[in-house]
Amino acid sequence: MNFSTDLLERAYYFMRFTRAFDDRLDFLFKQGKLVGGLFSQRGHEAISVGAALALGPNDVISPLHRDMGAYFVRGMTAERLMSQFFGRATGPSRGRDVNMHGNGDLSLGIIGFVSHLPQALPVAVGVAHAFKLKREPRVAMNFFGDGASSEGLTHEAMNWASVFHLPMIFIVENNQYAYSTPTKKQMRNENVADRAAGYAMPSIVIDGNDFFQVYETVHQAVEHARNGGGPALIECKTMRMRGHAVHDNMSYVPKELIAEWEQRDPILRFENRLREMDLLDDAKQNELLARIEREIDAAQTFAENAPLPDAERLTEGIFAVVTDDE
Amino acid sequence: MTWDSIIQRESTTEISRSARNDSTRGSAPRELTYLEAIRDALQYEMRRDARVLIMGEDVGVFGGAFKVTDGLFQEFGQERVIDTPMAELCMVGAATGMAFMGLRPVVEMQFADFISTAFDSIVQYAATNHYRWNEPVPWVIRAPGGGGLRGGPFHSQNPEAWFVHAPGLKVVTPATPADARGLLLSAIRDPNPVIYFEYKSLYRSIRGTVPEGENGIVPIGKANIARSGTDLSIITYGAPLHEALKAAEELARENFKVEVLDLRTLKPLDTDAIFETTRKTSKVLIVHEANLTCGVGAEISALISQHAFEFLDAPIMRLAAPDIPPPYAPILEDASRPNKEKILQAARKLLAY
Repeated sequence: MNFSTDLLERAYYFMRFTRAFDDRLDFLFKQGKLVGGLFSQRGHEAISVGAALALGPNDVISPLHRDMGAYFVRGMTAERLMSQFFGRATGPSRGRDVNMHGNGDLSLGIIGFVSHLPQALPVAVGVAHAFKLKREPRVAMNFFGDGASSEGLTHEAMNWASVFHLPMIFIVENNQYAYSTPTKKQMRNENVADRAAGYAMPSIVIDGNDFFQVYETVHQAVEHARNGGGPALIECKTMRMRGHAVHDNMSYVPKELIAEWEQRDPILRFENRLREMDLLDDAKQNELLARIEREIDAAQTFAENAPLPDAERLTEGIFAVVTDDE
Repeated sequence: MTWDSIIQRESTTEISRSARNDSTRGSAPRELTYLEAIRDALQYEMRRDARVLIMGEDVGVFGGAFKVTDGLFQEFGQERVIDTPMAELCMVGAATGMAFMGLRPVVEMQFADFISTAFDSIVQYAATNHYRWNEPVPWVIRAPGGGGLRGGPFHSQNPEAWFVHAPGLKVVTPATPADARGLLLSAIRDPNPVIYFEYKSLYRSIRGTVPEGENGIVPIGKANIARSGTDLSIITYGAPLHEALKAAEELARENFKVEVLDLRTLKPLDTDAIFETTRKTSKVLIVHEANLTCGVGAEISALISQHAFEFLDAPIMRLAAPDIPPPYAPILEDASRPNKEKILQAARKLLAY
C-alpha cells in the first residue's frame, strides 16, 4: 500500500496529540483538578488513530474509552473534550456523563457509548443497517475489547451484522486485560477473531501497535464493506500500559510483560519508520511536540474557565421536545 | 403451554367475532377491533412516512405471532417489515442505531414478557441518551402484555412499572381501539423512546369507532375520563379498564355515580387528571393488572396523598395482582387478575365510608 506523506503526517500529529493530551490529563488528575476517574490511552494510539483515519467523512464510529485518538480524528476539538474532564457545560455531555463517556456528536459521526460496553455494538450495527436500507455508501465501525467479547450481546450483534450483510467493521482492541482479568480467563480461544467464523464473517488478527498494519487492514475492510462486501472483524493485539483507571496500579500484570510492550510502543515505532522514510527529524519532531503542547495549554485554559453546568437545569432534556414537524 | 396454542386460541376467537361483525364492515364510521386499530396505525404511518419501519421476530412473512402486522410485509416489503434473528437485546440496540440515522423503527416484542431480555438496550442506552448527549432516540417498542389467555408466567406479564421507573422513557397503555390507533400515531411521531403496551386479551374482544387519517391522534400524557361520576374514582389503565366500566355500570343501578379515569399514558403521568378526579369524588380506587408492590398504583397513591390529601374522604385503595408470577391454571389466573367482581367489592368498601 502507498501511504501518502499527508496521511502519515496527520497520523503522526493525531497519535502524538492523543499521547500528549493523555499525559496532560494524568498530570491534571494528580493535581486533583479533574472530576472523577481517568482511563489511560497509552498503547492504544495506533488503533484509535489508524482505524479512524481509514474511514470516510460520512462514516460513523462507536468508540471506547481508550479511543480518544479516534475522537480527535473525527474532529472533536481539544477544548470540548477537555471541558468534559472538568465537568463543564462546554463538554459534549454538558457535565452529565463521565469524562470519556457521553461524547457523542452525530455531526462528527461519533456515537457516545455507555459503560455497559457491549451495548455499543448493536447500536453501531443498527447504524450500518440504516446505511444499507437507505442505500448510502457509508460504513459503521464499532470498537470493543477482550472483556466485552464475553458478553452475550457482542455475539448477537456480530450475528446480526452477518445475517443482514451490513457495512459494519468490528475493531477488537485486545489489550490483554479487562480490569484485572487476563484474556486467558475470558476465553479458551487464542483470539477473539476466531469467533467470527461462527458468524460466517471474515476476520483477521493484526499487530495493533503498528499504525501501518492497522490503517492498511482497516482501510481494505472498510472499502470492502462500503462496496457491499459485508461485515468484518479486525482484532488488534495490544497491551493496556496503565491500570484499568488511574486508581489501579495493576500489580497483577507481570513487570516483564509491560517492559516487553514498552519496546513495542506504537508511537516510537511509527517515529522510527518516519525517520527511515526521511519524513521526520529532530527539528520537525520538536516543532510538532511544541505546537501540540500549545494547543493543549489552550484547551486546558478554555476548560478551566468554561462555565459549570446550571444546577437549575438539572432535569432539563430528559425528554426531547416534541415538535410539529414529526 | 406454548405460544402457538395461545395464538390458536386467538385465531379461533377472530373467526367467530369477524363472522358476527361482518355487517358492520365498511360502513361509516368505521368499526375496528383493537388489533385492527393497531395495524391501521402502523399502515397509516408507513404510508405517510418512509422512515417508519417494523422489526421483530416473525413480523414479516408470517404477519406476527398475533397477526398484528399481517399484510404489511406484502405492502411494504422486506426492508420495511424486517424479520429478525431471535435477539431482542440486539434488536432494540439496532433500533437505536437506526433511529440515530433518521429512521423510525417500531420494534415488536413477541410478548411483553420478553422485553426483559432487552432491558439494557432500553433503560441504559436508549433511555439515557438524550439527557447524556442530546441525541433523541425516536423508536417505539410494541409489547403485547396482559393475561387472560392462559399463557402462564412468561406469556402474561405486565412489566410496565420497570419502564415507568427508568428515566427517559415514555410509556403508553391504550385500552380502546381509538386509543390504540391514536396513541400509536403519537408514539411513532414522538422523538423519544416509547414503550407501547398493548393487551392481547383486547385484540379481538374489543371493537370500537376508530377515526381515520390525521383525526383521532391521542396525545401522549393525557388521561381520559372513560365514565363521569361524583361518588368514587376508579383510576386504571389497560385491559382492566373494561372491567372497571362494567363495575361502574352495575353500581349505577344502585345509584352510585362512579367515575372511571383511563390513564392511557403512564409516563409522563397526567397528574392534573388524577388530582381533578380525586377532588371531584374524594374516594379513589386504583386498579391495575400488574402486581401490587411498587407498581404504578403506588406512585399514584403517593401523589394523591401528597398533593390532594385534604380532598380524601377514605383511604386510597389499590387492586392489583398479588406479588406472584402470572399462574397458568384458569382458576389460579382468574384469582390473580382484577375483574368486575373484585372491583365491585373494593368499590363498595370505599363507597361505605
